Amino acid sequence: MTISPLLDATGVAKNYGAVAALRNAALSVLPGEVHALMGANGAGKSTLVKILTGAIPASAGRIEVRGRAHRVRSPADARRAGLVPVYQEPSLIPDLDILSNLRLTRTPVEPFQEWVRELGVPDLDLRETARDVPLAIQRVLDLARALAVEPDILLLDEMTAALPANLAERVLDVVRRQSRSGRSVIFISHRFVEIAALCDRATVLRDGETVGVVDIEAGVEERIVELMLGAKVEKARRAPSAAEDGGAPSRSTRIAVRNLAVGTKLRDVSFDLKNGEVAGVVALEGQGQDELFAALAGSVRPSAGTIEVDGEAVRFAHPVEAIEAGIAYVPGDRSEALAMKQSVRENIALPFSAAFRNWGPISRRTEGVKVQSAIERLQIDTRAQREVQRLSGGNQQKVTIARWIAADARTILCFDPTRGIDVGTKQEIYRLLRQLAQQGKSILYYTSELEEVGLVCDRAIVIFGGKVVDILPVEIADEPALTRAAYGLPRDAKAGVHAGAQTGAIAP
Amino acid sequence: MSRFLRNNGWVTGLFALLILLFIATKIIQPSYGQGDFTSLVRAVLPYAFAVAAQTVVVIAGGIDLSVAAMMALTSVTAASMMAGASEEYALFVVPFVLAMGLVLGAINGILIVVSRVPDIVVTLATLFILQGAALLVLDAPGGGAAEWLRGLILGTLPIPGLPESITGWIPNALVLLVVALCTVWIPLRRSRLGLSIYAIGSSDLAAFRSGVPVARTKIIAYALAGLFGAMGGLSLTMSTGIGAPIPGPYLLASVAAVVLGGVALGGGRGGLLGPIVAVFVLRLVRTDLTLLAIDPNVTAIVEGSIMVAVVMFGAYITMRSRSS
Amino acid sequence: MSISTVSGQPASPGRRIRRFMSDYPLVPLIVLLLLLVLVLQTLSPGIVNPRWLGNTVKFAIPLALLAGCQTMVMLTGGIDLSVGTAATMAGFIVATQSVDNPHGVAMAIALIPALVIGFVNGIGVGVFRVHPLIMTLGTSLIGVGCLQVYQRTVISSGTKYPDFLVWLGTGVTWGFPNALVLFIPVAALLIFIQRRTGFGRLLYALGDNERATRLAGVKYWQVILALYMLCSLLAGVVGLLYVGLIKAASLSLAEPLVLPSVAAAVIGGTSIFGGRGGYTGTIVGALILTVLTTLLTILQMPEGARRILFGAIVLLVTAAYLRIIEDR
Repeated sequence: MTISPLLDATGVAKNYGAVAALRNAALSVLPGEVHALMGANGAGKSTLVKILTGAIPASAGRIEVRGRAHRVRSPADARRAGLVPVYQEPSLIPDLDILSNLRLTRTPVEPFQEWVRELGVPDLDLRETARDVPLAIQRVLDLARALAVEPDILLLDEMTAALPANLAERVLDVVRRQSRSGRSVIFISHRFVEIAALCDRATVLRDGETVGVVDIEAGVEERIVELMLGAKVEKARRAPSAAEDGGAPSRSTRIAVRNLAVGTKLRDVSFDLKNGEVAGVVALEGQGQDELFAALAGSVRPSAGTIEVDGEAVRFAHPVEAIEAGIAYVPGDRSEALAMKQSVRENIALPFSAAFRNWGPISRRTEGVKVQSAIERLQIDTRAQREVQRLSGGNQQKVTIARWIAADARTILCFDPTRGIDVGTKQEIYRLLRQLAQQGKSILYYTSELEEVGLVCDRAIVIFGGKVVDILPVEIADEPALTRAAYGLPRDAKAGVHAGAQTGAIAP
Repeated sequence: MSRFLRNNGWVTGLFALLILLFIATKIIQPSYGQGDFTSLVRAVLPYAFAVAAQTVVVIAGGIDLSVAAMMALTSVTAASMMAGASEEYALFVVPFVLAMGLVLGAINGILIVVSRVPDIVVTLATLFILQGAALLVLDAPGGGAAEWLRGLILGTLPIPGLPESITGWIPNALVLLVVALCTVWIPLRRSRLGLSIYAIGSSDLAAFRSGVPVARTKIIAYALAGLFGAMGGLSLTMSTGIGAPIPGPYLLASVAAVVLGGVALGGGRGGLLGPIVAVFVLRLVRTDLTLLAIDPNVTAIVEGSIMVAVVMFGAYITMRSRSS
Repeated sequence: MSISTVSGQPASPGRRIRRFMSDYPLVPLIVLLLLLVLVLQTLSPGIVNPRWLGNTVKFAIPLALLAGCQTMVMLTGGIDLSVGTAATMAGFIVATQSVDNPHGVAMAIALIPALVIGFVNGIGVGVFRVHPLIMTLGTSLIGVGCLQVYQRTVISSGTKYPDFLVWLGTGVTWGFPNALVLFIPVAALLIFIQRRTGFGRLLYALGDNERATRLAGVKYWQVILALYMLCSLLAGVVGLLYVGLIKAASLSLAEPLVLPSVAAAVIGGTSIFGGRGGYTGTIVGALILTVLTTLLTILQMPEGARRILFGAIVLLVTAAYLRIIEDR
């Protein structure tokens, strides 16, 4: 006997121009099931969620709810189909009070209040403006609002991420009961503990495709890690050790970070960045790495802790101060760093003109020499150099790095610089970063692709929940180890992961 | 009570400021009385409608630069239609002009939604266009207005049973203003549509996720601004008896009063009462400066400076709240 | 090795035309200008002659200069509606101050208010981040108020137009308007600033991507303050020239030039969102507008229709521009 699924999505794809964010995703949720949706960063989870909830249209695929095909074109459509999401960011209208927010979504007030009490918030004032409600409570209210309309399928995106333990416990409890009443829950989480405690099955996405559906049982973590990494496991194992070209052993400290905190995301981070090294930063999305880089680049002011550059404490008020200290920031989103309508030359030379004293006439020759040597060093394809936006993603990224090589920055903060660029360019960037390190420059390198750690970095600083949870030397920083560390799992179970990874490479 | 103060503290403060200004006026000019108040309200009328128009759009997260031009166009349209026409004809002109404002406002909104050009550029372009249209309707101040229409904002409202000394402080113009604004604003504020307008201004992502039709709501907000603009245009014709094709100083005044009235320029916050009180405050400052026998041109400078300072202050607040 | 995403694809004809237009915006503009002249000649044969040409250039120059201010501001994604007031103040003050003062001194005095307006604009936009349009509208209203007060204090002293300005504004030498003596160096300077100086480069970069300039170490307020002061100063100079041309100082001297100055820059291919465009296009844009005005006058098009046309042009060109960039 087979139970027909409540939600059945097959062949879901989403293209942005030539880029496929989602290739062939499938998700089938049975009635009364808590179903985990998992995948590494960029695997297509959030795209699939957006499609299911009507935030964006799918390019292809079929979505059936209770056996009937549904065209979900707006969040309101999704709601009508019985699929109600609770997003990672609270979606209450910040300037309206709770009651108005309920009216806006046509949520019945009575059940809402019951759920709120159930979820452990006893004294909620419905007249409170959403903006004034603490973030954690807002998420609970979002959940209560979703539960109050009695949805067939509840979609929870990182529901427990910002919750204190007592509230999280209540939430998990309610989710469990929800499933007992025959309704289904799609549960997206980075926390294995919760998934093991809560979920019945898990669908794993990798590179925009569903690569497996597993039953949750003891020891399934290894299998899931393996599915998330896929063939990469094998590749990572033969990654060359980057430490070999490390240079002199007595490296001096370039930047010392102590107990750094920024807002609520980055809570307590300490590490040293040495001259002549590439230090990797590994973290799941939203663990505070953005704030760490922004603070080092002078874009935001830390709320606590210190940053020392060459032994001197600094407090950057503007990126220009970081730049003057020789610290350059290469953001992952190229559109953040490039003036897209300007030429390659102007983009590379931009920092030269920044200071007031350099506003005068430009010496075409000196500038030309600097720019040209940077272009050559990075082998930027300059055939279409009138406008940077016409370059390929890889060449654009090279321009953002070339800028700082031309400006001769001593430290480069690279935030996921190889995201969405072709393999060849990636290799060039790896080589370049190693060369820079050999010349004594220091590089802090955040990457969402774990295999890069073995290719580029000397060690990996792992951040979870706004804190450094582990610092792995590159010799043991293979993908399974990094994945475990990034999910907050302790290092001592490493041997088990190795075994799992090896069988994984052979079995599927 | 404490919540009332917290949520309405700004407006309460404005009211207090207004009362202080009235007291100051009375001290400067002890003879300031009912007649002066009536003329103050009449002077406020077009500003108040301009501010109402701007408020709706700003709450929805936009800005309408064409508000003064809209008033000029509707005013000359009304004036030229009523010129030499019968008194009853005006009964047709008023709804016609209001509908025209509504439609033109909606066109503003549609242009913004369809072209995806920012609000500020689209309404700048429609500012030119509406201004030009006003000049086509009347190339110089002229036209006329029905007597009964003009009479609507003259004198005071006699209420049976109340002595003249009280009703004397209730000018018809004030009654008209309150009635016109309330018939649109109160039902709106209580409807889901009103909530949607606040929602798209507060956060259009959250609004979209809450199932609000963002584009449609935006168009409606601009249409309502057009409607208020048309009311402002009519009030101009009512008070002057003619229509003038050159827009008055209502654009900056409306933005300044919106900011002073506690409506965030980013959208989503504030109400209509604050900006309306702010208009009274700004007008009364002008009255006081005049009473103090300050050169009216200096008054214009002071007024302009206050507005610029208020707008700068508002921008500063927005910047602060965004960075935190 | 790495393939350029766009140049790798075969471009459709429509794409190629759009690409061509965004790379060489001057070509279609000049074609448009010539077409307009042709229409003018057809409608009223014989009108196009050297004298007409000289007159057209003479009237296009103040517009082109004011549009130069607008171009610079628009490169950063802003707009300056106070240029008209800055110009008017300069023109009015020079006319009244010349009665008692040497002309050089009068001109210097006349430029001070323009600088003040620019300074206030720069502070408001650069430091307080007020939207440029609202900020400049505000300062322009205050400026007009100040001018009204000033007018009352000098009402009895009458006006006088320095000979040099009259020569510059109205004179013609060998068939060329003397204003070219001012225009050619200023235009060359503006183009030089935009293309060959660090400041000019920052203007483009700011309008293109303010975040990126911040990450590159640029301090926004410095650039904006310098920009608005430069812009107002230039507007003041235009006021001096314009009062010499019109020879009638009034409180709304340069006001009618403001909207056309925006339109000229937009037609000339400068993006109202910033980051793209340049002064050469604007010059052609100003010429197009001047010829268009002549054309509309010949067709007896009323002032109202002209404004509608300006508004429609700004909207259409902006929307079309948005389509062109979105398409890639």
